[in-house]
Amino acid sequence: MVLVYSDNTKHAIEMLSKAVEIAKQQKKKVTAVIIGKTDEKLAKEYIAYGADQVFIAEISLDSFKAEEYTDILSKIVKETGDETILISSNKNGKELSARLGGKLNAGCVADSNNIYVKNNKLFAERVVYSGNAIAVQQFNSKPAIVTIPSKTFDPLKKDENRKGEIIKKKIDAEKSSSKILKVQEMKTEGVNVEDAEIIVSCGRGLKNKDDIKLVKELADVLKGKTVGCSRPIAADLKWLSEDHWIGLSGHKVKPKLYIAAGISGQIQHIAGMRDSGIIVAINKDPEALIFKSADYGIVGDLYEVLPKLTDAVKAKMG
Amino acid sequence: MNIIVCAKQVVDLSEMKVDPSTKKPILKGIAQKISDIDKNAMEEAIKIKDKHGGKITVLTIGPSDAKERIKELLAMGADEGALVTAPDNIDYHMTATLLAEAVKKIGDYDIILCGEASVDLFSGQIGPRVAGLLNIPQITYAQTITAEKDKITAERNMGEQAVTTEATYPVLITVTKEINEPRLPSLMQILGAANKPINEWTADSLSSGLKPLVETVELKGVSMERKNIIYQNDLDESVNKLVDSLAKEGVIRG
Repeated sequence: MVLVYSDNTKHAIEMLSKAVEIAKQQKKKVTAVIIGKTDEKLAKEYIAYGADQVFIAEISLDSFKAEEYTDILSKIVKETGDETILISSNKNGKELSARLGGKLNAGCVADSNNIYVKNNKLFAERVVYSGNAIAVQQFNSKPAIVTIPSKTFDPLKKDENRKGEIIKKKIDAEKSSSKILKVQEMKTEGVNVEDAEIIVSCGRGLKNKDDIKLVKELADVLKGKTVGCSRPIAADLKWLSEDHWIGLSGHKVKPKLYIAAGISGQIQHIAGMRDSGIIVAINKDPEALIFKSADYGIVGDLYEVLPKLTDAVKAKMG
Repeated sequence: MNIIVCAKQVVDLSEMKVDPSTKKPILKGIAQKISDIDKNAMEEAIKIKDKHGGKITVLTIGPSDAKERIKELLAMGADEGALVTAPDNIDYHMTATLLAEAVKKIGDYDIILCGEASVDLFSGQIGPRVAGLLNIPQITYAQTITAEKDKITAERNMGEQAVTTEATYPVLITVTKEINEPRLPSLMQILGAANKPINEWTADSLSSGLKPLVETVELKGVSMERKNIIYQNDLDESVNKLVDSLAKEGVIRG
């Protein structure tokens, strides 16, 4: 079996398309897993997107704890005989998959952007050395666990006529001794950088929080209206909420146009935006790494370039 | 409070070069360092020790020259080091198994601290894997830690949510870069580190016959095929040229 699990429906559906492909090559079936309350509608959705069976683990837990979810998932894996396990690379998924790897003595590849079967072996590729190389990894054992970032694979076309089996089972998890005291939604500004078509991003080249308006103004005239940023702006200075953060630990984006202003181009940032259509860099340091990853670049102070660029775009667009 | 800090020696990415013809990274002869986020873990360990006393052991799986790197952490404030020489083709399964076995050998511990991931490969697997092997609770992505006598609380950055988790000891915690600013040791501390013990253990003495479950069969270069058209003369002219190019590319509508 090829198992797919994510706490995010959209993400699970993306992974299902890859699971179907691998299952075909391995002559196996695809199981989608739902952990929580029985949700027939969601189960049917998974089947419509490629699952041969949906395993609903009914549990009585209020919130996610890696220890407990690992226990649940390892019980499911034993029951369904899964050989390939695809889990989403969000933070819950990553800590779950690695612990599961430890518990099952299974190999795990994190944040893979390509998975395939060759000579009956499973391979997963991942970006390493901050975006400077791709490691091709071969699994020597089963089960094989792979975590996949969102937006890596396109979902299959939905087919409401597909048939599949829904299995419901109560599963008791071994209780963790840790306690969750508080869950707070992160302060966000409701920005969805992952779906944006045009992003203007800023980094450490900004001197003051107020200067973000220069970035916003350009984003607005480009009708992109989406402002992104690199790690220091969101994580250290907190000038923007983390939903703006683009990079290895932030969001991975694929806009048609990505403009990086005052971003040095640390490979962690590049890892989050490398798949963009056209990349424009603005930096006063001609040696800045970001220019190597850019289609177009202007060497200049962003405080001069951004207002001029905003005006020029306005003039061009009429 | 006895703390074990897991630290990895990595290549210094800022000094890494890429072979211009193959686009593959050149890893030989590059300076090595302790992975940055592991130093944050070390700093946090020192803060906990300052409050509660106890002992800090640094644990590394790596080549024998990693001893020099361990000394940096001893200079920061660790009491002793342990180095397990890494076998060939080591994968996360082997590393985590050796760490877990080394932890058992060290024996008496309350907290294991790790960075959320190493800066070279950034998988973030080791913490949770080791916690799974030792069957202890894990608290990942900690941004603040409050250690008390019989329990520890951490605020965790889980992306869309901030989660506050509490656990009793023993526990494994992974920290993010934002948790603190690692201290720079003084000259006296650097000199003093030379006298602190570093135990060396072979992998076989901890767990014999370990084989990788995942093998890296190839390291491919990345060709970032970008146009690299850089304007750097007159600013007004540069801006106009850029806007023209973007219009031709069809990403802005003229």
